[in-house]
Amino acid sequence: MYNFDITRPTTVDEAVAALSADEAQPLSGGQTLIPTLKQRLAMPSVLVSLTAIDEMKGITEGPGTLKVGGGTTHGDVAQATKGSFAGLHTLASKIGDPAVRARGTIGGSVANNDPAACYPSACMACAATIHTNTRDIAADDFFQGMFTTALDEGEIVTAVTLKVPEKSSYQKFEQPASRFPLVGVFVAKHADGVRVGVTGASNNGVFRWAEAEEALSSNFSPDAIEGLSVSAEDLMGDLHGSPEYRAHLIKVMTKRGVADAS
Amino acid sequence: MTIAFGNPDRPNSYIGKTVPRPNAERLVQGRGRYVDDIVLPRMVHVAFARSPVAHARITGIDLEAAKAVKGVLRLFTGADLAEICTPWVGVLAHLKGLKSPPQHALAVDRAAWVGEPVVAVVATTRAAAEEAASLVMVDYDDLPVVTDTMTALDPETPLIHPDLGDNLAFRRLHEEGDVEAAKAGAHKVVSARFRTARHTGVTLEPRSILVDWNPAEEQMTAYHATQAPHMMQTVFAEHLAIPEGRVRVICDDVGGSYGIKVHVYPDEVATAAIAKVMGRPVKFIADRLESFTTDIHARDHEIEAKIAVDEDGKILAIDVDDWTGIGPYSVYPRTSAIEGNQVVNLCGGPYDFANYRAQTTVVFQNKTPTCQYRAVGHPIAVAITEGLVDLAAAAIGMDPVEIRRRNMYADDAYPVTSPAKMRFEGLSHHASMDKLMELMDYDALRADQVAARKQGKHRGIGIASFIELTNPSPFMYGIGGARISAQDGCTVRMDPDGSVVAMSGVTEQGQGTEAMLSQIVAEGVGVSPSRVRIITGDTQVTPYGGGTWASRGAGIGGEAALQAGRALRDSILEVAAAMLQADQSGLDIRDGQIVDADTGIERMPLEELGRIVYFRGDTLPKGLPRELVQTRHYITSEYPFAFTNGVQASYLEVDTDTGVVTLLKHWCVEDCGRIINPQLVDEQIRGGIVQGLGGALFEEIHYDQDGQLLNGSMADYLVPMAGEMPDMVVGHVETPTAESELGAKGAGEAGTAGAPAAVMNAINDALRPMGAQVTEMPFTPERILRALSKIQD
Repeated sequence: MYNFDITRPTTVDEAVAALSADEAQPLSGGQTLIPTLKQRLAMPSVLVSLTAIDEMKGITEGPGTLKVGGGTTHGDVAQATKGSFAGLHTLASKIGDPAVRARGTIGGSVANNDPAACYPSACMACAATIHTNTRDIAADDFFQGMFTTALDEGEIVTAVTLKVPEKSSYQKFEQPASRFPLVGVFVAKHADGVRVGVTGASNNGVFRWAEAEEALSSNFSPDAIEGLSVSAEDLMGDLHGSPEYRAHLIKVMTKRGVADAS
Repeated sequence: MTIAFGNPDRPNSYIGKTVPRPNAERLVQGRGRYVDDIVLPRMVHVAFARSPVAHARITGIDLEAAKAVKGVLRLFTGADLAEICTPWVGVLAHLKGLKSPPQHALAVDRAAWVGEPVVAVVATTRAAAEEAASLVMVDYDDLPVVTDTMTALDPETPLIHPDLGDNLAFRRLHEEGDVEAAKAGAHKVVSARFRTARHTGVTLEPRSILVDWNPAEEQMTAYHATQAPHMMQTVFAEHLAIPEGRVRVICDDVGGSYGIKVHVYPDEVATAAIAKVMGRPVKFIADRLESFTTDIHARDHEIEAKIAVDEDGKILAIDVDDWTGIGPYSVYPRTSAIEGNQVVNLCGGPYDFANYRAQTTVVFQNKTPTCQYRAVGHPIAVAITEGLVDLAAAAIGMDPVEIRRRNMYADDAYPVTSPAKMRFEGLSHHASMDKLMELMDYDALRADQVAARKQGKHRGIGIASFIELTNPSPFMYGIGGARISAQDGCTVRMDPDGSVVAMSGVTEQGQGTEAMLSQIVAEGVGVSPSRVRIITGDTQVTPYGGGTWASRGAGIGGEAALQAGRALRDSILEVAAAMLQADQSGLDIRDGQIVDADTGIERMPLEELGRIVYFRGDTLPKGLPRELVQTRHYITSEYPFAFTNGVQASYLEVDTDTGVVTLLKHWCVEDCGRIINPQLVDEQIRGGIVQGLGGALFEEIHYDQDGQLLNGSMADYLVPMAGEMPDMVVGHVETPTAESELGAKGAGEAGTAGAPAAVMNAINDALRPMGAQVTEMPFTPERILRALSKIQD
């Protein structure tokens, strides 16, 4: 780890101001950033901690929606969605381990947009709106590829509003050591159709599996996608799974998600 | 007087019982003393700049930026250390033809694997040393890289060591009978290509060493996490030009070793050399990346193998062609040829057959050097043998248990010599198989498998019989010229309060050596184990010995401890007889009391005897021996190795959609001879099984074609974790070795030896109705799906 300064603003405005400093870096739960710093893979001059900003914390239910503050931990999301939002509950309660869930936040997850992060798949499948200190961005527009989002420099994710589906399921095929998804599929059945968000699999980050959404919207059953296949082109390949394996798993996990949600 | 092991109610009956581990509470309280816990006055830290490339000429080293870091004291290049530290060559005379070039503590002129230490940086803190190491600028002029084992000897492959003439480190062919004729006349010949992946040991405590040089005494003291303190004493003395008697190696608590910590590592020798130059304590603790790139690797084998059987399933021939790539140097002093040699020695081990041919080819590569790791060669040989036997059974439609029963050496066939020329004193393959069948309820499990199949669940049962080489004699290393002791010793003394101190040449790495020794000494002398203190791991204090490896601690060190304990008992009784004016043969020691042997009536506590001997010796008869210290040594002499045997079984389920294997249950019945501490043996078996399961399902070191290690972290090198482990049932058959009074053979490696083969056979049992088969470890979900043709490129 290199030396750095740290500030802990208590309002979004203060945080935005602090982030204007040269080589400043926002720090949320730190479950990705701190290990990165420890390995000297980044050397920010200032860390702007977002964890003391009360207005970014908490969960509020709206009509058919759930608004989650950017600074809300995975553990709090898991707690709040128990029995009411199956897919999101599963997703949040299986990120990392209890220590990770006590620190990591939804805002940090979507802002970082790790191609193997869980939350982006839920955002895609639940037609989420990403709120920042300056604007609202639809999930479909927000995630722009591996570690790339629509966020501008110094822009902070203050909250995420998800459309609560009628039925949902999150199916994660875990990398055995990190427990990150090798493939994670979020299946959400909304009144106006089915959305399928896929994470962990693509070189372009999280994506929606359009053919499956179409097939499932007319017939929400595993059989509906039996004839479909996912192209391995542009999928990730690493020591734990080739693009072809990931393509295969996307279909398997989607079918399991549909069966689980049905 | 002999010990009535068969009578559990005999006096002082500690051998054969689970007794508390004397060091457990201390370790659980965090009061262990590992090398990194030791802080000495004036201590400094060393970090290493390591080669980032697999093969390159070193054309320039710029140390200026590194020197400028605050806290940096001194930097050493390979040339600097070569002036005070001689290079070594990892060959053994009895491994004919084995060759390897001289290896230096730090690379001189040339680096030959990613991670090889090039420059040592000494600083007042570890952080400063690491900071400076990252600023060491080395000019590397790339040389051709050799990474593939199977093409290493091809004429167009560049030579790693042009002076050696080729990339062949070692080759051994063993032939017995007429394999070709047997195959030609066989009912079936089945062949398969096996692969075991490159592993490493992943000890919780990384390699650690702290070396001090006292110029006034011209004495070196090395605090070292090692399995072989006396071997390291010799190494430091020889290569740093110090009289052996002026090197002291102290090995306190060690956080796991598995064979990783029994080798000579360049960075550790460099640390010792630097301590001698600087005249102050120098500490080196490997970090996790260094562990992955510099701890020895193992098991990187590719094998073509065949088995020939007749209509009745009788094995007619086994034919094995084994290849392994070992890195650029054969590791000193045990060499990197032993693993391949073991494959030749061990294939076909449980079976009575006539025609055997096995060749191992050991080639150099630009990867981390490989060497002995838990169960050296066994998991490979067992996978080959048991894989072939199952394939043969399937080919002739025979139950896998039945084909084994028809071929295993009969339990009354011993002594016997195998086709590999291994001599077996007494094994129990059939009794072990009987016990396994009973424990696992084989027939019920087969019924469950059928029922599950009807529900679309693909379950499999895998059996793996095995032999394990333990208690090695000098035939393992000594005859090859290595100063590695096969003998071990124990000194036992009684102090005035009647308590007993035992000093042993075998060492504790967390496996319970000290518990095992304490109960043997307790029974040998006649006191409670709580009255025995064990001292291990100090070359200046304990008797000379080999340390702990090749499952020798209990069998060799235990016998020495028993004999020393009984000798002390005799000395005590001689004094007691004089004090009590009794016949010595009529006295015994029980639970710390001198008693009448016949009646058990207490005559005198040991404290009283101690008081008289140490403080009122004037009252004893003049000339009465009063040596309350006794030392005994033990070495095997009848057999080169004490072989053990056993059989494992795995029950698992394969998810044919994802390829995931779920381990449902695992069994192991083993025969390590006399069991000294049932709990410790079971722990060894279970832990060994876990490491074997890791090899079967998870562990694989990956390199790219440039020799870059691709998974040097715990996030990418998959070790087995508790959540994935099945329940394990461990059973025992006891066939004590007649070579020692104790009768103990080794138990440390049996679990690792058999588990991968059991899992492989179980997976293939599950996949067989679908016409699929896997033989390349680890059996990752993707490999299983590819075998099922569910994914294609």
